[in-house]
Amino acid sequence: MKFAVIVFPGSNCDLDMYHAVEDTVQQPVDYVWHTATDLSQYDAILVPGGFSYGDYLRCGSIAQFAPVMAEVRKAADEGKFVLGVCNGFQVLTEAGLLPGALIRNNSLKFRCHPVDLVVENNGTAFTNAYRQGETIRIPIAHGEGNYYCDDLTLQQLKKNNQIIFRYQGHNPNGSVDNIAGVSNERGNVVGMMPHPERAVKDLLGSKDGARMFTSLLNAWRETHGAAIGR
Amino acid sequence: MAQQLAAKEPTVEQIVEQKIYKQFGVSDSEFALICEFLGRQPNYTEIGVFSVMWSEHCAYKNSKPLLRRFPTSGPRVLMGPGEGAGIVDIGDNQAVVFKIESHNHPSAVEPYQGAATGVGGIIRDIFSMGARPVALLNSLRFGRLDSDRVRYLFSNVVSGIAGYGNCIGIPTVAGEVAFDEAYEGNPLVNAMCVGLIDHDKIQRGVAKGVGNPVFYVGPATGRDGIHGATFASEDLTAESEAKRSAVQVGDPFMEKLVMEATLELIDSGIVLGIQDMGAAGLTCSSAEMASKAGNGMELYLDEVPQREAGMTAYEMMLSESQERMLFVTEPQHEEQAKAIFERWGLHCAKVGKVTDDGRLRLFHKGEQVADMPVKALVDDCPIYNKPSQVPEYYLKNGSIDTTVYEQVTDLNGALKKVLGSPSLASKEWVYSQYDYQVRTSTAVVPGSDAAVVTIRGTRKALAMTTDCNGRYVYLDPEVGGKIAVAEAARNVVCSGAEPLAITDNLNFGSPEKPEVFWQMEKAVDGMAEACRLLDTPVIGGNVSLYNENVKGAIYPTPVVGMVGLVHDLDHITTQSFKEAGDVIFLLGETKAEIGGSEFQYAVHGVTEGRPPEIDLDTERAVQVAVLGAIQQGLVASAHDLSEGGLAAALAESGFERGLGAAVAWTPGLRPDLALFSESQSRVLLAAAPADADKLAAFLAAEGVKAERIGTVGGDRLTVEIAGHRAVDASVEELHEVWKDAIPGRMK
Repeated sequence: MKFAVIVFPGSNCDLDMYHAVEDTVQQPVDYVWHTATDLSQYDAILVPGGFSYGDYLRCGSIAQFAPVMAEVRKAADEGKFVLGVCNGFQVLTEAGLLPGALIRNNSLKFRCHPVDLVVENNGTAFTNAYRQGETIRIPIAHGEGNYYCDDLTLQQLKKNNQIIFRYQGHNPNGSVDNIAGVSNERGNVVGMMPHPERAVKDLLGSKDGARMFTSLLNAWRETHGAAIGR
Repeated sequence: MAQQLAAKEPTVEQIVEQKIYKQFGVSDSEFALICEFLGRQPNYTEIGVFSVMWSEHCAYKNSKPLLRRFPTSGPRVLMGPGEGAGIVDIGDNQAVVFKIESHNHPSAVEPYQGAATGVGGIIRDIFSMGARPVALLNSLRFGRLDSDRVRYLFSNVVSGIAGYGNCIGIPTVAGEVAFDEAYEGNPLVNAMCVGLIDHDKIQRGVAKGVGNPVFYVGPATGRDGIHGATFASEDLTAESEAKRSAVQVGDPFMEKLVMEATLELIDSGIVLGIQDMGAAGLTCSSAEMASKAGNGMELYLDEVPQREAGMTAYEMMLSESQERMLFVTEPQHEEQAKAIFERWGLHCAKVGKVTDDGRLRLFHKGEQVADMPVKALVDDCPIYNKPSQVPEYYLKNGSIDTTVYEQVTDLNGALKKVLGSPSLASKEWVYSQYDYQVRTSTAVVPGSDAAVVTIRGTRKALAMTTDCNGRYVYLDPEVGGKIAVAEAARNVVCSGAEPLAITDNLNFGSPEKPEVFWQMEKAVDGMAEACRLLDTPVIGGNVSLYNENVKGAIYPTPVVGMVGLVHDLDHITTQSFKEAGDVIFLLGETKAEIGGSEFQYAVHGVTEGRPPEIDLDTERAVQVAVLGAIQQGLVASAHDLSEGGLAAALAESGFERGLGAAVAWTPGLRPDLALFSESQSRVLLAAAPADADKLAAFLAAEGVKAERIGTVGGDRLTVEIAGHRAVDASVEELHEVWKDAIPGRMK
């Protein structure tokens, strides 16, 4: 299984995402530059956190126009796995690959700390290694992670099981219905504000994020038979 | 408009007649000296360039004689003071690069941008050495947290640090914040950056090779920050607000691009010399690079990318527009360098040439507009040995006995007061705004004695901290200076690391005042002695003088930034109690020392007397013993005793896991003095029951006094002193007080 980590100018969790793939599933992974025009060799596309293009405008609103995003759309259409974390989530909503939008935290401040999440749907390629309803601990680090969507969209999200993670206990940003992560209707594109790539070993305080990567490998192996590692 | 501005530039005659140089902080005698070096009178551009190069900020003209007293070398030091940052060997061809720098005055008038660009500047110092920045720290001081102005400054400084560090993607992992009326109107904002480098990648800011081109990279130059270095070198006054234009505006996204491109450029091996444009911008970087190579430089100012129309030579040379770098390469590598920057969407411009005549010559619009000897600019600023005098207050304090205050009997109440004092309280309100985990290497996050950052691909890690207790330094600068170094080292040791070296940020009032200069001298002497005894040389730093408000000088605050090496990840230790049943040891001697303590300030409302004493040999022995015990795996938690003494340390150790402790202790002192004494060279250790005897034996063999004072467990903190219950409080209740102190004042 081959992973791509997209690098926009201003991405800063690209390194962490890359290392997380190395440290969890030990599959081949490449940094892919924002100008790339071919993602055909990759099975999973990871859109990392950071401040793409400085995020001086609405977060992710410029990144959606980067040349590589046409390829990310294509990959999503082909059913490949696309995961956006933090700024990556913002980019995917701006690009229309995921419903809703991320607005400023209701505290109006950047927030960095671990949060408890409930796995609301373990039936996806991203969460099959978790138990349904399991509580996991993963850190957040964002200023604009307040997920917003209108009521109609929320009904659809619920109906289609597109809410993947919810904050448990304290909601750190004021998101609608405590949403921390959502998928597209087809379930192959997921965006989330918490950083699973920052929770992949005990030394970092939690390894609850590691199973997102093993989930992806499980899902890929199901459709590709027994895989051969690197 | 621009043309008019240019036309209005004073003539050579006006500069002399109206003594315009005085506005730039150049004295009559210095002006005469400049005329001598030039062999004529300077024009407006030249006097501007000289004035910033000869400012305290760039020339250290009032502090250099003191800085020479620091030990700056050691077997591990690869680069001491003088370059962008100092470098220390950590083995395996790797080295750690770090430096601290102040942005006090900009932050006093424009807190967000002042703090943000302080962070941006120190990051450039690190990556211009060729190092990858891996962590940020800071040290902040504000007035009392009960006025809107202080809340505004505090809130915006924190936002500014967060805004820059979070965006560029370097974790802010540690720091300190203290509040005291001494800093009213003149906050301190010191930022530190730590980087990693391979030995063969170390760069210097030298303009090597006569005839080689000089390149400028980064955003275009604007009129922002003109005379920032001079602004930093004078007292803050009512007019300071009007100097808001002297504060630069930061663009962390731009710096991220410049950083990545620069590191790629250095990696390609074609850079001969590189330096960031920090204080005094193009002026300082060009003059220093030429000086260090013993060369000269010509700059063609028409080639300098300009953000505004009609900029003069003076404005371009003195601008402190951010995120800019200057580098030298060989002519045949020009295209390769340009290609690297273009990949990152950056433009690099050829703006000059290395010459052999030892002069800095500036050309603009077809004319030579300045011609100055490089040596005069960089090396020949007069150095002043300022008069020094023992202050009245110091003599008076010598006769104040702090052990005769009326005995405080409500010790639960006193503990809550101390824990609820914003200086000692939880700083979560601050650090939860910083991304402290990006780069996924932060093994100990903010809140413990020191932060620990792992080094990928190795079993090693770096422990880092910033420390200074301004009250101690005020009460006795020499002792306070020693304690600043010793406490930083103790923090690093308690985290499981061997102290390596320090960077210092000397924040003082006006050196023109003999009493302030005395504080500087004594503090430096104390720090230097501690550095020698603890084997932690000073590898670089920064001096920030003229920190004054209407009431006078700030507390002398020589902030110490220290980095230590964790030899194995298994040694990483935090301050938090781990398990019920663990045995608590108190190392060191407790004396009735509450001068300058948090208890004295929070409960008695004064800062007076003498600070705690420190014996550096004892300190060293305690540190060696603690590190040895940690490395042998005998220690579950380690917390240095500092502000708030034993009482605060016991409480803090229990907060993370909600663990109480039952302590019985017979110190032979009045309970209030014993619990809150800030006697130095003390550490609180906890050990698993199975290790307790081994630990006791180990400490005894090391010759360190250690008392078994209690056991971890339960949800209450109880302390019996000489058989009488002194403290009995629920950990949760204490935690609430400690946690809510700052948020409660920021609502």
